[in-house]
Amino acid sequence: MNITSSILITMVVVTMVLAGCNDNKSTVSEYSVQIMNLTDNQPLAPVAVVLHQSGYHVFSAGTAASPALELLAESGDPVDIIAEANNSTNVLSTAATATATLPGENSQLTLQGTDNDTVLSLAAMLVNTNDGFIGIDTLNLGDMQRGDTLTLLTNVYDAGTEANSETTTTIPGLGGEGFNIARDDHDLIGIHPGVISMDDGLNSSGLDQSHRFDNPAARITVTRVK
Amino acid sequence: MIKPISTLLSLSALAISTLALPATAANLDIKITNLTNGIYFTPLMIAAHNANTHLFQAGDVASANVQAMAEGGVTSGLAMFAQSMGADVIEDAANGLLGPTTSATINLTNSGSNNFLSLTAMMLPTNDGFVGLDSLQIPTAPGTYTYFLNAYDAGTEANDELITGGGAIGVAGIPADPGADAGNGGTGVSMIDNNTHIHIHRGTLGDTDLNGGISDLDSRIHRWLNPVAQIQITIN
Repeated sequence: MNITSSILITMVVVTMVLAGCNDNKSTVSEYSVQIMNLTDNQPLAPVAVVLHQSGYHVFSAGTAASPALELLAESGDPVDIIAEANNSTNVLSTAATATATLPGENSQLTLQGTDNDTVLSLAAMLVNTNDGFIGIDTLNLGDMQRGDTLTLLTNVYDAGTEANSETTTTIPGLGGEGFNIARDDHDLIGIHPGVISMDDGLNSSGLDQSHRFDNPAARITVTRVK
Repeated sequence: MIKPISTLLSLSALAISTLALPATAANLDIKITNLTNGIYFTPLMIAAHNANTHLFQAGDVASANVQAMAEGGVTSGLAMFAQSMGADVIEDAANGLLGPTTSATINLTNSGSNNFLSLTAMMLPTNDGFVGLDSLQIPTAPGTYTYFLNAYDAGTEANDELITGGGAIGVAGIPADPGADAGNGGTGVSMIDNNTHIHIHRGTLGDTDLNGGISDLDSRIHRWLNPVAQIQITIN
């Protein structure tokens, strides 16, 4: 996050605190978010984490993906998810990891919220899929006290914006294309059906058996540090 | 998948770590059900332990004790470790193998501050797959509570899916298929583990050629999806 956006976010947080002055508990809070990749061979593209108020959604299962989520799920790039969030008055803070989180590795981010209405959402692409991503749609952090830790296992969603062809030319983790504006799948977000791979009879697949996965694909650990 | 998701969320809610813990013993009935289609659980080890003890943790490199359990079904090392941490341990909760869709119930009284429950058992036939529960906070109010468990890969042995009898640490291959549904003559699915830490098992590939192919396992019998086990805890 650059300095300008940090300042913008700080201003948003301050606004939220003032708006919540009727509630004596309303103070700035801080959360450490850890993302552990539990897959065998699905690096996670940069993880976008958004702390927001109730009512905001990065994505919702059963609805069509926003263009920003389509970009994240097809190419791995979280830039539009972050920009869209930073433009919303319902968002408290945002952060994204700079690099991929490899299988067996942890990434860590720190974000600011408020005491009384802080909700976490996140998304990150599985790079060896067409448009698969791990996601959390609205995890309420409002009841957490300083020092509390919350652990959550996340499933893999299918953005529904790109057919799951598994061909090498369409999988960014294999060097294929990332984002494509066409929506040639059913265009609703659901749980990912998994990948088939060339080792299981899909001869046109560029994926092999190591890319298969089962849920959950990641463990998210949220600790309130302030 | 809606049901497992809500279970995961409720498990997570229990994971808030700073709740005050009453240091009173409880008497529990624990019923374990194997939910898979064709996978056997080797001796099931259950431990009630304190907040600082873990039999395993996803994301960590497996200890030698976890490796012995996951590759060969050997629980003695994990049991000795847990006992050294003051845990209440049941080393063979199902009296041997627990077959697909069968259940076992055991009684456990936890002592002192042993308010967390963990469980491990190798899954056969796999190379180093195991069913695991890491530090579930034991409920205190009388009642029956249901949880679903996932399959982990210890990350210590490549998933070649070949039945070779290899169950010792560091020896390739699968010790046995208790259900006798596996074939032979496979060329081997995978020669490496990409993730050498404990992680969610990607599942068995298998094939439909019992006398060759890539795998000795049968894709019609030996596949699974999470969750692979259910435990029901009754607080008496």
